[in-house]
Amino acid sequence: MYPSRFRYEAPRSLEEATALLRDGGGEAKVLAGGQSLIPLMKLRFAAPEMLVDINEIPGLDSHQVDADGTIRIGALCRHADLEHSTVLASKQPTMAAAAPLIADPIVRNRGTLVGSLCHADPQGDWASVITALGGHVVAQGSSGRRTISMTDLVSGPFQNVLASDEIVVEAVVPAPKGTPAGGYLKLERRVGDFATAGVAVAIEWSGGSITRAGIALTGVGPSTIDATDAAQAVVGGALTAERIAHAAELAAQAAQPRTDHRGSAAFKRQIIRTFTARLLTRLASADEKAA
Amino acid sequence: MTSLFEEITPDPASDVPVRRVTLTLNGERRAAEIEPRLLLAHLLRSGFKLTGTHTGCDTTNCGACTVLFDGKPVKSCTMLAVQADGHEVTTVEGLATASELHPIQEGFKDAHGLQCGFCTPGMMLTAKALLDENPDPTEDEVRWALSGNLCRCTGYQNIVKAVLWAAAKQRGA
Repeated sequence: MYPSRFRYEAPRSLEEATALLRDGGGEAKVLAGGQSLIPLMKLRFAAPEMLVDINEIPGLDSHQVDADGTIRIGALCRHADLEHSTVLASKQPTMAAAAPLIADPIVRNRGTLVGSLCHADPQGDWASVITALGGHVVAQGSSGRRTISMTDLVSGPFQNVLASDEIVVEAVVPAPKGTPAGGYLKLERRVGDFATAGVAVAIEWSGGSITRAGIALTGVGPSTIDATDAAQAVVGGALTAERIAHAAELAAQAAQPRTDHRGSAAFKRQIIRTFTARLLTRLASADEKAA
Repeated sequence: MTSLFEEITPDPASDVPVRRVTLTLNGERRAAEIEPRLLLAHLLRSGFKLTGTHTGCDTTNCGACTVLFDGKPVKSCTMLAVQADGHEVTTVEGLATASELHPIQEGFKDAHGLQCGFCTPGMMLTAKALLDENPDPTEDEVRWALSGNLCRCTGYQNIVKAVLWAAAKQRGA
């Protein structure tokens, strides 16, 4: 299988890239890791007239934690960079938990977090993680930069709100006000398969009480589900068994799963309930040990 | 029969310009004029006639087409050949020298790490990248590193043994 014909450009600067995209007038696509786009093009589900390959643009491959705790992930930062990141392991447990679960080790060498967010696959793991963390992206177009929250970026399955000349240059996770804790759980039939269902939990502790919580669900709706009611149910106090059960139930209610070859809707809803409870229970016992 | 490479060799009637790519392939500088839509796996197999790189699923699942791109394993069916311009690519043909097998190849031979052999080139290249970074991996680390390479013969036990054998040999143990 090979893609239909396209014009290929590999600009060396963002300015050049956005100018090319503007010329492409909506028929051009950005190529970063290509681990979703190239398969789609080979299957002819996508047939862009132009590919703007950003891999040769310097300065986009880093990830960093600012002095205030803000995390910035560049557009060419690969999943493998995040999997092996020592700063993430110590500063951002939800991201550190998710990174090794993305696709498989070979795909992780190439695929990017930012590309995954823009691709807006309802089964994308990173979208749940960044949603749970209340993150946003920075998009650069030919007329300047703007910030788009993760929940606004995605407008539907495989659809985002970026203008045709915009490139997401980085994803940003705001600095935590308390101590961050969290995790990501994903059910997959085998390594590298899409999630049957997944749950991201990101909380912040302050003095034995949860001051902020985010819970987001993968693969159980037309796009990532921001389970705000479930998250709100654990804010403002300790993680008691009762509150965990309540939050898990609200997460299960927020899911909109459909029966497919990966499982029935009821099964997927049960996975969401179980994973939410499991993640929160782990956080509760970790907090007890710390106290 | 027209080969795939010829089939997607630039069409003079097309307005898509031909790209010249120059890469370091198994240590040698190689160049080709290609259409941008040519996949790296096709350039290697049909263009450079290096058929050690196998295309299995062609859908980014199986890892049989794994090559090293600047030292890291990538699926060559999921990269454009033009993206290799200015980069280094290592295929299974780059492992052995004229007279000697690479320790990983020896390991696969010694530990019966292959049955049908289809997944073997990808397995060996993924293993090479692992051992380059981690010369003394645990069994779990080997399994984790190889988890993106599928073996339809399900001969995983001996593949893992082969990689551990090679690691020991390279360490001089």
